[in-house]
Amino acid sequence: MHTGLRRITGLLLAVVMAALVVATTASAATARAGVGAASAPACVLPKPTEDDTISIIGRICDTREKPPAPVAGVSLTVVDDTGKPIGKDTTGADGTFAIALPGTTIDNLGKTFKVKVDEKTLPEGAALRNPKDVTRPVTVNLDNDVSVTFPVGELSAEEGVGTQGLQLLVGGIVFSVLLAMAALGLSMIFGTTGLTNFAHGELVTFGALVAFFIDQLPGEIRIGGANVTIVVGVVVAFIASAAFGYLQDKALWKPLRSRGTGLIAMMIVSIGLSIFLRSLFQYLAGGQTHNYSQYSAVQPWSVGPILVTPRDLIVAALGVAVLVTVSLLLTYTRMGKATRAVADNPPLASSSGINVERVIAVVWTGGAALAGLSGVLLGITQGFDYQLGFKILLLIFAAVVLGGLGTIWGAMVGAFIIGIFIEVSTLFVPAELKFVGALVVLIVVLLIRPQGLLGRAERVG
Amino acid sequence: MDWQSILSQALQQGLGPLAAVYCLAAIGLNVHFGYTGLLNFGQAGFMAVGGYTMASVVATWGLSFWLGIALGLLLTVLLALLLGVPTLRLRADYLAIVTIAAAEIIRQTVGSVSLLKWFGGQDGLQAFSTDFRSLNPFDGPLDLGIVTWRANDAWVLVVGWVLVAVSCLIVWLLMRSPWGRVLKSIREDEEAVRSLGKNVYAYKMQSLVIGGLFGALAGFIIALNSAAINPSFFATDITFFAYTVLLVGGAARVLGPVAGAIIFWFLLSFLDLFFRDAAATDIIPQSIMTQNQASLIRFMFMGIALMLLMIFRPQGIFGDRKELALDAR
Repeated sequence: MHTGLRRITGLLLAVVMAALVVATTASAATARAGVGAASAPACVLPKPTEDDTISIIGRICDTREKPPAPVAGVSLTVVDDTGKPIGKDTTGADGTFAIALPGTTIDNLGKTFKVKVDEKTLPEGAALRNPKDVTRPVTVNLDNDVSVTFPVGELSAEEGVGTQGLQLLVGGIVFSVLLAMAALGLSMIFGTTGLTNFAHGELVTFGALVAFFIDQLPGEIRIGGANVTIVVGVVVAFIASAAFGYLQDKALWKPLRSRGTGLIAMMIVSIGLSIFLRSLFQYLAGGQTHNYSQYSAVQPWSVGPILVTPRDLIVAALGVAVLVTVSLLLTYTRMGKATRAVADNPPLASSSGINVERVIAVVWTGGAALAGLSGVLLGITQGFDYQLGFKILLLIFAAVVLGGLGTIWGAMVGAFIIGIFIEVSTLFVPAELKFVGALVVLIVVLLIRPQGLLGRAERVG
Repeated sequence: MDWQSILSQALQQGLGPLAAVYCLAAIGLNVHFGYTGLLNFGQAGFMAVGGYTMASVVATWGLSFWLGIALGLLLTVLLALLLGVPTLRLRADYLAIVTIAAAEIIRQTVGSVSLLKWFGGQDGLQAFSTDFRSLNPFDGPLDLGIVTWRANDAWVLVVGWVLVAVSCLIVWLLMRSPWGRVLKSIREDEEAVRSLGKNVYAYKMQSLVIGGLFGALAGFIIALNSAAINPSFFATDITFFAYTVLLVGGAARVLGPVAGAIIFWFLLSFLDLFFRDAAATDIIPQSIMTQNQASLIRFMFMGIALMLLMIFRPQGIFGDRKELALDAR
């Protein structure tokens, strides 16, 4: 292959490997630290009684312990739908309580009762995980005893907006780094070929799935005693994505370019490809959400007032290292300069002796590798399914358009703004609407500055 | 394998209410994309506004069904204006990204827990189609010999295809008028039209509104068809499927969407039934394909078909290649 291509992928690979070695050692250390404290009695639900009265039974567990420990001495009251108290109990040493409802099963069927927890009797420093749980409605639908569980955790009222904001900011930065990798590929491909690639999300999913299939192989991959299955998965996903991008360009997009297919036609072809690949991914991986066998439950570190998992830190560090490497390559290598020249003006680049097709092949290879890497890292941090990339495709578009479609630095700037905005905005809007906020930003940007933050006006044509 | 049952069920889908829904959505896209060259990827958003307005007016506020229809159309016009203002001056790919984003904003907003009391969250709304069903003239199943529909389906189907016929007539009349010729010339060469003193922006806006209204009709029918509405009816893929319908039949042809919808739904259900039957009777072994996987094969075929169609026959089955200058730049 070409030297430029080889150099870029080689350098990227070195960065990935270096960061992953750090990742394994760090996670091995945390895995060892997490063992211990298993002597307390387990917190289990009381057995329902087989008689013709109904009781509300349940338990109060402290989920800060592993396994959850029972909480004794908490008083609970049951009131009926008019608010009249009809029974009370205090949890015993095993954390359970049972409050019998007056009357027979038939009397109580279909009625709603409320279980109230007396917060004053909870141990010091503890609170219900869900503050709304202080009174919980319970409906009697069956002729069995009704069971409820109250998880108890850290007292969260003291967490101010500032701390919450900081916590969200950290989460936003981790997500932005991954978003930036995906956005960079999309923007470079657009810049050099003019293609708005609706199948870019599937390149992201591809990376996550390759690592998943490596993970699914029987046995573990071990180097020097440490389990490196996922680390190997990340490396293989990165290489396989690069190959996938290169082949996709060679087999599909290059022939289309050379026969002069229009850009809108190519856009619709990319939609067809996206539908095909997404169905294929669902065929191969199923419809459910997956987690890798490692790193799915990691104990967080407290850094000042906030919690950060070592996993997220390493993922973010790896991402930043990759982004910096790509930026340096684009700025200083011949191939990088040629890429920017083609993105700027393909005919002019071509007439000054740059092999445009070669540049495009490099961009497809690199862009797909970046997208695949971002996919596997997203999968590590938050799990994944066959729609992983499709779900964030619009956010990638938002990032790229915000920064300036086709600009390389703009994609990264845009990704950081969108990624951080999405997380921090949950301070003010419900979490389910956080993507909506980002998409509104996208439309507003187009209204005010269609060329994006770093784009030039003539790009919009 | 029971070929007769497979073919008759596939035909039932091909002529069924859902085919009419996709046909209406594709007629709207035909006005946008086929005649004006506007790349609207947010047809699902127009459908959602129409369907949800009708449903919530009846189910949430307890007002008249006909008021729901009228308000649905009105809000669709409003959405088109709102979308058109920032985007119609932009290049085609920007329009595509903004419309797809707008459709997704609408879908996630109506499905949110915060608006649960008006739009029913992810479960959506039911109980809005009593008025519509009380008008149903069929009191038994509609039997056409090879295919049968239940009474409610038959009523939705008749209304749907009547709307399709009226819409086709409207499009035909519009496109042979001087107004339609301006639209087609905007598609071919925007600058030339501008130099003749036409307000291109205003024409594009009118096209966006009219195409959006056909989308709203599709939204009404899809809600009435299942007598329920929820956000998953309006996923991004619905727009893509409507594009496939349009491109199969042939863009910039009045009857293109009709042919496209029938062929699309016939093939989609045929592939589904065929592969599910093949997986169930072990013609294809379980280790290769389970029942769940079998229902995915049709979407793979569809993706490939869309790609091949766009590469080798962008004018579709009935289109005219000369009519279709797909690349605006």
